[in-house]
Amino acid sequence: MQKQLDEEYYRLLHELQAVDFVLVELNLYLDTHPWDTQAIQQFNHCSQNRRQLAQQFESMYGPLMNFGHSYSGAPWQWNDAPWPWQV
Amino acid sequence: MKDDQVRYYAPYIGPFDPCPPIRIKSYNVPPQLFIPFQPPNLQQFQPADALRLGTLWPALYSPYSSKQSRIEEGDNDAEATG
Amino acid sequence: MWVYEKKLQYPVRVSKCDPLMAKFLMEQYGGADGELAAALRYLNQRYSIPDKVIGLLTDIGTEEFAHLEMIATMIYKLTKDATPDQLRAAGLGDHYAAHDNALFYQNASGVPWTASYIQAKGDPIADLYEDIAAEEKARATYQWLIDLTDDVDLQDSLKFLREREIVHSLRFREAVEILKEKRDEKIYY
Repeated sequence: MQKQLDEEYYRLLHELQAVDFVLVELNLYLDTHPWDTQAIQQFNHCSQNRRQLAQQFESMYGPLMNFGHSYSGAPWQWNDAPWPWQV
Repeated sequence: MKDDQVRYYAPYIGPFDPCPPIRIKSYNVPPQLFIPFQPPNLQQFQPADALRLGTLWPALYSPYSSKQSRIEEGDNDAEATG
Repeated sequence: MWVYEKKLQYPVRVSKCDPLMAKFLMEQYGGADGELAAALRYLNQRYSIPDKVIGLLTDIGTEEFAHLEMIATMIYKLTKDATPDQLRAAGLGDHYAAHDNALFYQNASGVPWTASYIQAKGDPIADLYEDIAAEEKARATYQWLIDLTDDVDLQDSLKFLREREIVHSLRFREAVEILKEKRDEKIYY
């Protein structure tokens, strides 16, 4: 049966995309500014934040990552649609 | 798109060019060209805005609107045409 | 190693079936200045560059794969369920003959991707200057792609990708500054 995505899916996904984007930006910035402790602090703070958000997302919509970075329910959830280009 | 991220020039107009001449042409000079090394503690966008605009820092943001819509608004190169 | 995350970096929406635009977007899929070329260029240069910029090449190279997936999503959505006739009318008849609806690493003119699009000179400055140029060329390509569509949803995602080229360009410029510095001299704070 096809999984129906609700509004909450798109809201949570967007929130996760936003915090992950801040992390990408800070990561690239820190690659060339390794001594900016304030940015490192912000990076670590966002990282904690994204972990909680990802956990919440995964508990509702299944694993985000492969190779053991996410838990799976039974049956094996990784194969479940939708894939990113399908939503 | 009349902002400080655009530069204009007037190309030579030959007498035998069949397409109606565009008298003023433009090109982009986005902000990375003027920041040799990003200083620390720049002002930041909120996460949702950062994602939408593609950067965390307003100082690095470069707007771009399609040439087509600029022509329709008559707000550009084309306005000098004809 | 790499780990996949089952989400796009940025949402991709398109508002109409538009195989012609999909054809143009292939420039950023399998073209000379496209996302595949970018990812492979940066990740491959890592093995012959000073240690302190390897992290940056790794991260930007990895982000390029996320952008490749966004371009693939655009092409997928713009051509999904398009009929052979629609594809033919969009100049994709030859593509259909060889690939049906499959994506393929080729540019907007159907030229397949080749490693000669990218370089690894082994000279750190030469390689980083190539990377800066690649980002500027990709930025320009995104501008012309934005000019070619009136789909505001598609333009929105393309503007995001254009801005990323700007940030990457700045980081590569900073990497050059880092490599120029003499031992013990600090240009950053």
